[in-house]
Amino acid sequence: MSGIELSRRRFLAGLGVGAAAVGGVPLLAACGGGSSGLAGDQGAGSGASSGSRPNLSVWYHQYGEAGTQQAVQKYAKAYPGANVKVQWTPGDYTSKLNSGLLSSSGPDSFESGVNIDQVRSQQVVPLDDLVADVKGDYTDADITSNTVDGKIYGIKIVDDMGCLYYRKSLLEKAGVQPPTSWDELIAVSKELTTKDTKGLFIGNDAGVTPSFGGGALLGQILWAVGADYLTDDHKPGFTGSQAKESFLKLRELFESGSILLGAPTDWWDPSSFTQGLAAMQWCGLWALPAITKAFGDDVGVVPWPAFSATVGKPSTFLGGWAAMVSAKAKDVEAAKAYVKWLWVDNAEFQEDFNLSYGFHIPPRKSLAAKAAKLQAGPAAEALKIFNDYAVPPNPAWTPKMSAAYADAATAIVRKKGDVDSNLAKAEKAVLAELDRLFG
Amino acid sequence: MSVGIPAARVAAPAASSRPRPVRRRGGVKGVAPAFWLFVGPFLVGLVVFVYVPIVWSVVLSFSRGQNTVTPGDWVGLQNYLDLLRPGPFLSSLLTFTVFAAFIVPLTFALSLGLALLLNTVTVAKTFFRSVFFLPTACSYVVASLVWKLSIFNGVRFGLANTVLSWFGVGNVAWLATTDPPWYWVVIVSARLWLQVGFYMILFLAGLQRISPELYEAAAVDGARNSWQTFRYITLPQLRATSVAVLLLLLINAYQAFDEFFNLLGNSSFARPPLVYLYYTAQGNQDFGHGTAGAVILALLIMVVTLAQGKIFGFGKAD
Repeated sequence: MSGIELSRRRFLAGLGVGAAAVGGVPLLAACGGGSSGLAGDQGAGSGASSGSRPNLSVWYHQYGEAGTQQAVQKYAKAYPGANVKVQWTPGDYTSKLNSGLLSSSGPDSFESGVNIDQVRSQQVVPLDDLVADVKGDYTDADITSNTVDGKIYGIKIVDDMGCLYYRKSLLEKAGVQPPTSWDELIAVSKELTTKDTKGLFIGNDAGVTPSFGGGALLGQILWAVGADYLTDDHKPGFTGSQAKESFLKLRELFESGSILLGAPTDWWDPSSFTQGLAAMQWCGLWALPAITKAFGDDVGVVPWPAFSATVGKPSTFLGGWAAMVSAKAKDVEAAKAYVKWLWVDNAEFQEDFNLSYGFHIPPRKSLAAKAAKLQAGPAAEALKIFNDYAVPPNPAWTPKMSAAYADAATAIVRKKGDVDSNLAKAEKAVLAELDRLFG
Repeated sequence: MSVGIPAARVAAPAASSRPRPVRRRGGVKGVAPAFWLFVGPFLVGLVVFVYVPIVWSVVLSFSRGQNTVTPGDWVGLQNYLDLLRPGPFLSSLLTFTVFAAFIVPLTFALSLGLALLLNTVTVAKTFFRSVFFLPTACSYVVASLVWKLSIFNGVRFGLANTVLSWFGVGNVAWLATTDPPWYWVVIVSARLWLQVGFYMILFLAGLQRISPELYEAAAVDGARNSWQTFRYITLPQLRATSVAVLLLLLINAYQAFDEFFNLLGNSSFARPPLVYLYYTAQGNQDFGHGTAGAVILALLIMVVTLAQGKIFGFGKAD
């Protein structure tokens, strides 16, 4: 009797331990779905009558600049074709969006970047018909980076880019020029470092660990030598000898003691620069209004430098967000109509969103060309950098590839890891992914 | 402790003298609805939110699960094999075995030490007990943010750096410095601050259950110093509590997530298994490997726990 009791208790204890062990993982997005969970998403009470407008739930990440949330709410309210509810998401937007797309209570339309896995698993719908008439008004890069298997899945809302911001006065005082190569960058950063000010801020993760919007230099390391994550024929592009040297340069910068680490905000926020914690910062164009407000004319921008005078070229990223439509939308056509109304047809709102808050480059060429705010000063320089050097993302570079590559970069740059073996590990993971996707 | 046994012995013959059919129909009349009324909601919750997800995960772990949580596209044991090859998952397990080997004894010793001290305090006992217990009520996320933004901030206005600057030491980027690995100072201190109070209370309860007669008897038998009484009376008497505390600490260490996630993000050099699985599932949308990893981890914790129970006799009477 006692034996049976014991084993039953053991069994239950084991079961309980198992439950406790598994319960800690958010592994089942199926339960709860991580969507807003609000009944309001389903329709704010006006769904019954036949003449009523459809309800749309539109998701955004949190733009840092004041007024952006009110702006998208204003656009939503102005739309005559549907009741649009805006879901503004601070924090980890990607995880929330990913969970939302798995459930039926996710967004109807959302902003993101186009990824081949979303397309292959039929989470999103093609939007070619929305831009058919104006396709020529988008840059080729904006079209190809949102195209998978010949179809367009995302319509660019904003184009973003990175700038190496510097204080003209501080560089003058130190008697140095804006850097044009890795070696110059390291030298200038050291030169500008004082007791209370570091030379350069590239993120608290040294630009290589992509969480909370980090990993700002993962692309720059490769682009500086003219390489990229993947080659055009779907092979890993990050294992060349020049790329490896570029990794070592970033490690040298990290170990130089001249970069700001442990700052209260990360690279995408200009506070560290405007508060004088660093003399130069790699940040987005979006921060330009806040930076000019703090320093007036005492600020300049350059692209991320080339590897050297003879190897590679300057670069920046082509970032930003694209409007997409979920295949699980309750009314796909209504969601597409809203995207077309706002992000294709409504030039006034597009210009407002791109240039009235943080600075972005309007994806429509016709808009960008006449945008007065991009005609002079650092903004004009930035636009030139963007046109000459911006590298578009590749939809085939999946999050899993990116994670493996970033693990290698983190180990190499921050933990003195061996370049060859770490990149070989990443290459293996990327090859497995490429094999899965392209056979 | 032993009171229950005679009572049961008395009750048993009394029960057997009653007509048996009553018992077969389910005990005291009218109790069944009440039983389900009280147990039902909890049971439904347990099944829906714990056991169904567990079963679902196990099923999902045998399918590819890329960008979907609907099982299908079966891959057999492939997900498990991928994870058990040398790679980020195994290295995170290894890191955290080291972490557990370090944090478990440390938390154990500190909370036991605090409990012993508190047990001898004669004034303001409740006050001290509350003070040490209070951090338990604090959320890991809130504590992480306080640690990251105010105490171990990397610039000159962080608390730790301000204190260091009084002694002429330059700013330390606590979380970003990997050589030496200062980030462990932040992680470990946050975890200790959050956890020690809770285990201290468990030990305190254990200490207060030890009969004073034992100490008197020990004194009569010639136990001369406090080390002897601690070694031969207190520690053996705390056996049940100690085993439970060890068990909970070990499970907690392997389930470390919140402070690592909030303080270090997805840093491959200090990434607990759960953080790796979180990014695998939520970041990469690879639910096949994510669930397989969770199952491996769950099994591992179960095995370790059962082994520990076997060795130390978890659940046995003192």
